[in-house]
Amino acid sequence: MSGPDGASVLSRRSLLNWLLGTTLGATLGAALYPVFRFVIPPEVAEAPVNRVLAAKLSELPLNSGKIFRFGARPGIVLRTSDGAVRAFSAVCTHLNCTVQYRPDLQHIWCACHNGHYDLQGKNIAGPPPRPLEAYKVDVKGDEVYVTKGA
Amino acid sequence: MRVLESLWRALDERLDLAPLVNFATHKEVPQHRHSWAYYFGGLTLFFFFVQVATGILLLLYYRPTAEAAFESVQFIVTRVPFGWLIRSIHSWSANLMVLAAFAHMFSVYMLGSYAKPRELTWWSGFALLLLAMGFGFSGYLLPWNELAFFATRVGTDMVSKVPLVGGWLLKYLRGGEEVTGATLTRFFGFHVAVLPMITTALLAAHLAFIQRQGMHIPEGLEEEARQRKAIRFVPNFMMREGVVWLAGLAALAALAAFFPWELGAKADPFASAPAGIRPEWYFLFMFEALKLLPSHVLGIEGELVGLGVFALAGLVWFLVPVLDRGSRVGHRSRAFFVLGWLALAYILSFTLASLAGVFK
Repeated sequence: MSGPDGASVLSRRSLLNWLLGTTLGATLGAALYPVFRFVIPPEVAEAPVNRVLAAKLSELPLNSGKIFRFGARPGIVLRTSDGAVRAFSAVCTHLNCTVQYRPDLQHIWCACHNGHYDLQGKNIAGPPPRPLEAYKVDVKGDEVYVTKGA
Repeated sequence: MRVLESLWRALDERLDLAPLVNFATHKEVPQHRHSWAYYFGGLTLFFFFVQVATGILLLLYYRPTAEAAFESVQFIVTRVPFGWLIRSIHSWSANLMVLAAFAHMFSVYMLGSYAKPRELTWWSGFALLLLAMGFGFSGYLLPWNELAFFATRVGTDMVSKVPLVGGWLLKYLRGGEEVTGATLTRFFGFHVAVLPMITTALLAAHLAFIQRQGMHIPEGLEEEARQRKAIRFVPNFMMREGVVWLAGLAALAALAAFFPWELGAKADPFASAPAGIRPEWYFLFMFEALKLLPSHVLGIEGELVGLGVFALAGLVWFLVPVLDRGSRVGHRSRAFFVLGWLALAYILSFTLASLAGVFK
């Protein structure tokens, strides 16, 4: 397009293109935003669990461990050979598996990728990068209570 | 016969089908000493068809909730007539499909068939392999058994390591912070709706590219292919492919009947991961490597290093038609040929060693 009208023809076209583009963009955005939000589930209000009854002392013989439910996640409570009771998060720091107590090794072990933790929850062998989160333990009579944030 | 003929004439008159028939009857498949490689893609397609058919059958009884999934699969394999067979075939065929896809991919790679102008075929095939693995990973959870539960915990946790969007991806895949019934319902949706839809579209494109370009003749075999007479696709090649499909069906039937797929124990989110847990065989080479890595490599968490290396290797594999610059002018580089053998040797040795119990 040339001539005196060339510039105005071109700008009219680019205006229309711009309008069309933004309209399409806005429509697409208006359609995709709810989809994007929909696929992420809403936060479910859960009463924060800070303290649970993890086990009965009578069901925890020396050199044994037990998985208990701590809110939505598993915890592990164990009794060492010398009678100490300790509790940790049971979620392996490597890739999220649930650990277990190995009486034969006398420490905590994760079956998924062969990770080992000592009786203080410290990662001692295998791939786990960090120690297990430790919990506070109160023994009241026969009942073992576990508290977060120890 | 006369009815068919008049039906054909009526359709041809309206849709002009003659060019399509003409194309099909003139399509040829070159013959040379590596012609065997042309059958793996079709074999993968066969197992995919079996998956669609048996998957639809399983849908008649399967219930995708944490409360009912395990019991519904139990019902299928114990009470529904031939339920054990259908479920077993679905599981075995999934594995054979991945195996056939790997054979297809490696033969294509080794023969240099990814080279220009077939980059798009390579890329769509790569995406289809990822989709097949996505099918395997999502389908693995559906019986809601112990192994599946922890495999999903681990697999989705890996996704959370992706920089920037990892946390978002984790929530998207799990339907929350943890692997729960919400995850199962999502995976079911991916497995029976999202993945099949994408796969069907990509598969159509993949096959269309091949039809449009014809079969690739590997470098150095052009003379042999010229001297030997090419075979016609219809009916000669189809007949031969049919024999391969029959062999696939026979293997499938034998495996499903003699080694019915186990169901295991129902998932318990508050139980320890059982000893001896491991993923499907096609993830073993990555799984064992992740187990061997120490907690930290050069100050970075070991699993991040491992996952980063695998992601990078996948990217190189994907980009090989671009990276192997010589291949674009018909001379693929020696380095990429060796790389292919190294990759194959690594995958084979780690998978076989893992199956043989070499790794503790």
